[in-house]
Amino acid sequence: MSVSERSWTGRVRERAVGALPPDKLLPDQQPAYVSSWIYVFGVLTLAALVMIIASGVILSLKGPAWWHDAGIGHFFNSIHLWAVELFFFFMVIHLWGKFWMAAWRGGRARTWMTGAVAFLIAVPAALTGYVSQQNFDAQWIATQAKDGLNSVGVGAFFNATNFGQMYSYHVLLLPMAVVAIVIAHVLLVRRHGVVPPFELTTPKAAAGEPATLTGPPASDGASVTPRRADEKVGAHR
Amino acid sequence: MRARRRAQEAAARQWHGAYVPYDLVKEFAIATAVVAALATGLSVLFSSPDDKPSTIAQWSRQMPVDFATTAVAELDGSSTTGGYGPPYNHNAPGQHIAFIHLQKWLGVAHPIDTARDYVIGPLKSIPNDPTVQRAVATYQAAPAATQTKWTGAYTTALGKATTGPGNTVVVPAGEYGPVAPMISSLLGVAQSGALDGDLLTSRQFFQTDYTKPLLFMADGGLLASRAQTQHLLGTQWGMMNETGSFPGQTWLWLYTVWYQVKPFSTSHNADALVMLVMGVLSLAFVCIPFLPGVRDIPRRIPLYRLIWRNHYRASGA
Repeated sequence: MSVSERSWTGRVRERAVGALPPDKLLPDQQPAYVSSWIYVFGVLTLAALVMIIASGVILSLKGPAWWHDAGIGHFFNSIHLWAVELFFFFMVIHLWGKFWMAAWRGGRARTWMTGAVAFLIAVPAALTGYVSQQNFDAQWIATQAKDGLNSVGVGAFFNATNFGQMYSYHVLLLPMAVVAIVIAHVLLVRRHGVVPPFELTTPKAAAGEPATLTGPPASDGASVTPRRADEKVGAHR
Repeated sequence: MRARRRAQEAAARQWHGAYVPYDLVKEFAIATAVVAALATGLSVLFSSPDDKPSTIAQWSRQMPVDFATTAVAELDGSSTTGGYGPPYNHNAPGQHIAFIHLQKWLGVAHPIDTARDYVIGPLKSIPNDPTVQRAVATYQAAPAATQTKWTGAYTTALGKATTGPGNTVVVPAGEYGPVAPMISSLLGVAQSGALDGDLLTSRQFFQTDYTKPLLFMADGGLLASRAQTQHLLGTQWGMMNETGSFPGQTWLWLYTVWYQVKPFSTSHNADALVMLVMGVLSLAFVCIPFLPGVRDIPRRIPLYRLIWRNHYRASGA
């Protein structure tokens, strides 16, 4: 065993590369059954998250009052709002799609769970944004949301009527949590791949024998060659 | 059955069939461009709402009688905030679920004494007005029963109050003790805009905590009146709505729906019960892979045939 292999760094690298080798992390092939528009909503959710963060960073650079006074600020606030609406729209469709695929099958429970937690964390991330708007909407939502939070004791340390606290949660703590759980989710997808269709869950396939099924032709007309799982297990979403 | 499930689980671990070329980075780039175009287009077409916030000054000028009525309720502790309980005061036990009193157990984290913070304190800070200071002193020196008699009589009188010149409050003559001049002075302070700042001021210069002014305004009628016009009340599914015709937090629909039905709609513990239900449902949502019956729904209702129709067609299934 070399020095680098004995070091903590070497061990971490070894485990990381073992779990997610480059061709699994950034694959250039995917299972042939990944052939439906429903698969698009995962990546659209990620793209909407990128838009939320980008527009949020611009709004943060100028401070919370900017968008009330400047036209360009209001425009970026609009982009931020609509990106959030799109984010939830895409994510809900993505979640429903994954539910009907029973996407937790085959050791993918953690993939489902991180996705579900991402949704649950995104809800307060959005709520803290709504109560940080410094307008009538923020006043009303804060005074309404406090009752639910107070009723279970959360209001004692998470005060919806405290703008400073809500703003901190909105621009730093909750986005960090969302991004962290989304990264974990994507890495789990990369590691375990997309759940196969129901019909393939047969004892024969479980025994590791080569499958006889072939997927539909690729949209670009590329030829399709059945492979053993140990040849290429990379998958997407 | 268990053996079959295990076999299905094992078979679903890896795909043993065909692969097709795929460009992940290109797909992500295209998706980002599409979402950027969509968000920009929606922003250009619809913009975003920004209704100006209400202030105590605005409230006291537009609705002086409502302001005075709320101020008296804060003085005698009968307002919503006055009788709220934790985390603002100890005047009520708060909501609970069976024997679990989380609201009470987490304590008073943001203390508000409605009489002191909303009425007595601001009046004492008025400079060069011995009449008001004498009225405050008289009120504070009076027995609690007398204080209650004065505030009760004044609250009743406010039911017949009219708005006088300069947005003053005119009530019929009665035995209100020092309450009438106190509330009249507070109304003047509020209308000048001084109360907005006064409720924010504490030990430090910079302020970000709007708990006191927001709760004071929420005890009155202005916020609710504006909210009703904008379809934001709880009975109007308010939590998921937005001012104007903009989509709001529509993802809160399930949270909102419980407030519309019994027993939640009539319960004193509605908020706690709804939070409990949503907590249980959220946990179940995360744990679907382990919930017998629920995890089998996708197999029993074969919508997957639609999702993977190309695959099934190609494989002759």
